[in-house]
Amino acid sequence: MIVMTKDTMEIVREQDVVPFRNRVREFGTRIGMSLVNQTKLITAASELVRNMLKYASGGRVILEVISHNAKTGIRLTFQDEGPGIADIAMAMRDGFSTGRSLGLGLPGAKRLVNEFDLKSNPGVGTTVTVIHWKHGR
Amino acid sequence: MNTTAQVLEKNKERILEKWMQNQLSDAALRDDLMTNDELQRQSREMLDGLLRAVSKGNYDNIYDTEFEQVTDTLRDISITRARQGFSPRETGAYVLSLKQAVIEVLVEQRKDDTSMLYQEIMQLNNLLDNLSILTFETFIKGREEVILRQTDEISEISTPVIRVWDGILALPIIGTLDSARTQVVMENLLQEIVNTGSNIAILDISGVPAVDSLVAQHLIKTVSATRLMGAECIISGIRAEIAQTIVHLGIDLSNIKTKASLASALHLAFSMTNLEVRRTERNKGLKLMR
Repeated sequence: MIVMTKDTMEIVREQDVVPFRNRVREFGTRIGMSLVNQTKLITAASELVRNMLKYASGGRVILEVISHNAKTGIRLTFQDEGPGIADIAMAMRDGFSTGRSLGLGLPGAKRLVNEFDLKSNPGVGTTVTVIHWKHGR
Repeated sequence: MNTTAQVLEKNKERILEKWMQNQLSDAALRDDLMTNDELQRQSREMLDGLLRAVSKGNYDNIYDTEFEQVTDTLRDISITRARQGFSPRETGAYVLSLKQAVIEVLVEQRKDDTSMLYQEIMQLNNLLDNLSILTFETFIKGREEVILRQTDEISEISTPVIRVWDGILALPIIGTLDSARTQVVMENLLQEIVNTGSNIAILDISGVPAVDSLVAQHLIKTVSATRLMGAECIISGIRAEIAQTIVHLGIDLSNIKTKASLASALHLAFSMTNLEVRRTERNKGLKLMR
């Protein structure tokens, strides 16, 4: 897997969400991603970044344009030093939330992108990596 | 009067001349924003004030009373320049080029007394650095004022409630719906429902760039609140890509009336209130008359 462009953004306030989403959109436009796939990726990114703000009071996101097997895509890595997720299976279930929201953020984001990986160490932090290919597959 | 002040006072015209030269030679000078005469007048005023303060022997505290005129002029210049759209570099260069001019003149005048020169330069450096920090501070404050004013303006224009028909309200939402925004939208909408006695509200989300679960949750809350008041809510402006993401996210909007465009939402609203829009045939009347 080759990384072509790399950028890091710090997310500490709610006001950082919109510039971040615009940055993702910019990356999507640059590699020629279709509007539907862009919107899917942006929505997933928005869910994950909001989780980061809500539960870990911020963190950082690494945005990368990657190329693999002649496919181009975007990889986003969300890192935080928050409380971590104790029961990942539970957190990935539709409608489960510890924070009085719809409980669709994590499972929804997983359905929106091509590849989804969640690693969490309770008390240390959480890292979520998502990949969405240019053509959505 | 101390000697440094005397030297400076004696060479005031030369300092001013050099300073003006420095300012004018700067390639970034915006002569489109300010005339040379104005710059000259401003600079003279500023130098006069500075020399008066230095003659009192104060090099340290620019917030003392003898510096009042200097700091006032400087603040005034910075604020004006921030509003006129000068760059920070241009604004900062104003004081920094004065420093250069003063030091050049001092070096000329104190060729034979280097220890004195050293001390004077140190003092003046310190003083003028403080003044340039003040310039930047004020400049940024000026810019922040502009931003704050714009923020106010945006929040004012961003949530209008439009009465499109008797009993039908439309509320175009533009930008991201966060919690604070939803609060404003909901309040405006509910208040307007009371004021106009409307029973249908159309929430148009054509201008919302992405609908994630938080935005959806806010929308659902707004719809529930509207229903509690006995009014029906239609969400319009659901674009193709938004529809797909909502489905993938697993958000259930099935018990809310949704439409792709504001026009079709209005159509639905008409049929809900038993209204009909028809094209009239103008010639009909004429035929009858004939």
